[in-house]
Amino acid sequence: MSEVLFMKGNEALAEAAIRAGLDAYFGYPITPQSEILEYLTAQIPKRGGVVLQAESEVAAINMIYGAAGAGSRVMTTTSSPGFSLMQEGISYIASAQLPCLLANVVRGGPGLGTIQPSQGDYFQATKGGGHGDYYMIVLAPSTVQEMADFVYLGFDLADKYRTPVMILADGALGQGMEKVTFPDYDPAARKIAKPWATTGKTPDRERNVITSLYLQPEKMEELNLVLQKKYNTIRQNEILWEEYLTDDAEVLFTAFGLAARIVRKTIQLAREKGIKAGLFRPKTVWPFPYKCLNELAHQVDLIQDIELNAGQMVEDVRLGVEGATPVFFHGRMGGMIPTPEEVLEKMEANLATVRGRNGRPKEDVR
Amino acid sequence: MSEKGTVVAEKASEMDLVYCRPESLLDVRMHYCPGCGHTTTHKILMEVIDQLNIQEETIGVAPVGCAVLAYEYLNVDMHQAAHGRATAVATGIKAVQPDKYVFTYQGDGDLAAIGTAETIHSANRGENFLIIFINNGIYGMTGGQMAPTTPIGEKTATSPYGRDKKTAGAPIDITNLLAQLPGTFYATRQAVHSANAVRKTKKALIKAFEYQKLDKGLCIVEVVSNCPSGWKLTPYESNEWMKEHMMTIYPLGDIKTPSKEDLLS
Ligand SMILES: Cc1ncc(C[n+]2csc(CCOP(=O)(O)OP(=O)(O)O)c2C)c(N)n1
Ligand code: SF4
Repeated sequence: MSEVLFMKGNEALAEAAIRAGLDAYFGYPITPQSEILEYLTAQIPKRGGVVLQAESEVAAINMIYGAAGAGSRVMTTTSSPGFSLMQEGISYIASAQLPCLLANVVRGGPGLGTIQPSQGDYFQATKGGGHGDYYMIVLAPSTVQEMADFVYLGFDLADKYRTPVMILADGALGQGMEKVTFPDYDPAARKIAKPWATTGKTPDRERNVITSLYLQPEKMEELNLVLQKKYNTIRQNEILWEEYLTDDAEVLFTAFGLAARIVRKTIQLAREKGIKAGLFRPKTVWPFPYKCLNELAHQVDLIQDIELNAGQMVEDVRLGVEGATPVFFHGRMGGMIPTPEEVLEKMEANLATVRGRNGRPKEDVR
Repeated sequence: MSEKGTVVAEKASEMDLVYCRPESLLDVRMHYCPGCGHTTTHKILMEVIDQLNIQEETIGVAPVGCAVLAYEYLNVDMHQAAHGRATAVATGIKAVQPDKYVFTYQGDGDLAAIGTAETIHSANRGENFLIIFINNGIYGMTGGQMAPTTPIGEKTATSPYGRDKKTAGAPIDITNLLAQLPGTFYATRQAVHSANAVRKTKKALIKAFEYQKLDKGLCIVEVVSNCPSGWKLTPYESNEWMKEHMMTIYPLGDIKTPSKEDLLS
């Protein structure tokens, strides 16, 4: 293990990328993640690799498309409006089955919105975002340490499945400072051969073509079936989640990323009052841990979902729970962050309703 | 002639051989309309790649437009880009494969409408790759709509009363625009409608690839071309029309050439 450092989440992510063997980074400034581009423009010239400030997020994602196609380990990062601009490119990358790492350090929206933290881009991240039937593996860090850890994991998964992987963070994780350590990781040992890459057609092989165009419907469906098969393998093998105090839990909170940190404090407050509360935190929000959540759902009186949006992950929570127990949602938007006390109050009110009578309570609305 | 209509090189002695398919051009039927300039440009591009013996070191980027399927014909590693983004894709490729020859092949809609920002900034950064720009003054692939390069008064599917300068603006001369930028090393406008024009275009392509070795900046070879289908003319008529209506606003010739010092330093 290396030394313990004190860093911003954005810097930890950037540093981890270099240590993970980043070959090229293309990005465009946007708050609250510009530190990543700033860090890399300072470090990469000294430590090797390519860093380029693109003219837009549209250009950046297409530079990623080119460099990933040419076989390099590549990353771009942005925040919400920029991520919207990248969607066409991501769809191409998913279709052409190229590995790359993307990060969205989410800010409040819609529109130009606010630079304050938000989780309002969950749908965009987990349900495709761009056009066509594709998914990305989506890792949702909850600490600065995970901002770093998920970079290594993300690059490895991207290579393993030839698919774009994204880190779904938020402004608070990007800007906040915490302790972080960087694991031992040897990029040379981890990078895999990419015989499909556009590196120049040598006589021993056919030309390599990176494309997402299939004019015949039979061929287009064939590609789609390949993608769906891959997504099913990922669903089977790559689900990650964390449970906190769930063994004896009667009340289960569901939350990801920053919201899960607030909930941890709420759980402490709840337990002080004698309410056995626990947390279920997906680390991969795609693939979502439906089954594991379903098992827990049968043991608790209610699920209280907490998000920094109008209720997005709660749809996946309900899919996982399949009606086994009532699911309540509480969220704040636009950069507002609920206090642990506020969350406790909401949950207690819902618990009283559930325990007070049978059937679904009236408040079970978004 | 072989069954496919190409002369088989082996059958002719070196002396007899006057015409053959370049080795780097795949022996498949192209989808381009009869008389279309894309076909000729593909062929001479691959002749140049053969002549320079750089097939193994070349990576091409195909656009969205009629040339979207260029990778079906050009026997080099190819990357098909999103509409307008070819130069961004090429920037990414060249960044991680700096020793390779990289080119984009783009139509006027791709390069000078939806991709204008990527085009200009690639030039401004002095990206060290080649843009082959097919200017046919129309959107061929989508069925003959107005392009940013369509001449004033020209009727297209989306300018049924003729291009109106007041609403659509004047046709854009993007190669000239790019030539103003210090990052552009070589800019030339050529054509492929006659044997003489083809020879000049080949020379321009050879220069452009050779300049890439110098790492001095962007090269653009514009090819003023035709679109018989979009223009609703026969191949012959389309070339006549092109001379009268296109080459008058897009005169052929070099627009920016490197000075002796540029080439030496
Ligand atoms: C984002 C996006 N917008 C629009 C299109 C539709 N489209 C395909 S080709 C094309 C125009 C191509 O014209 P040009 O670049 O001049 O090439 P040509 O076909 O004339 O060779 C358009 C608008 C697309 N594929 N993607
Ligand atoms: S539509 Fe026009 S540009 Fe396209 S192949 Fe036909 S003639 Fe050529």
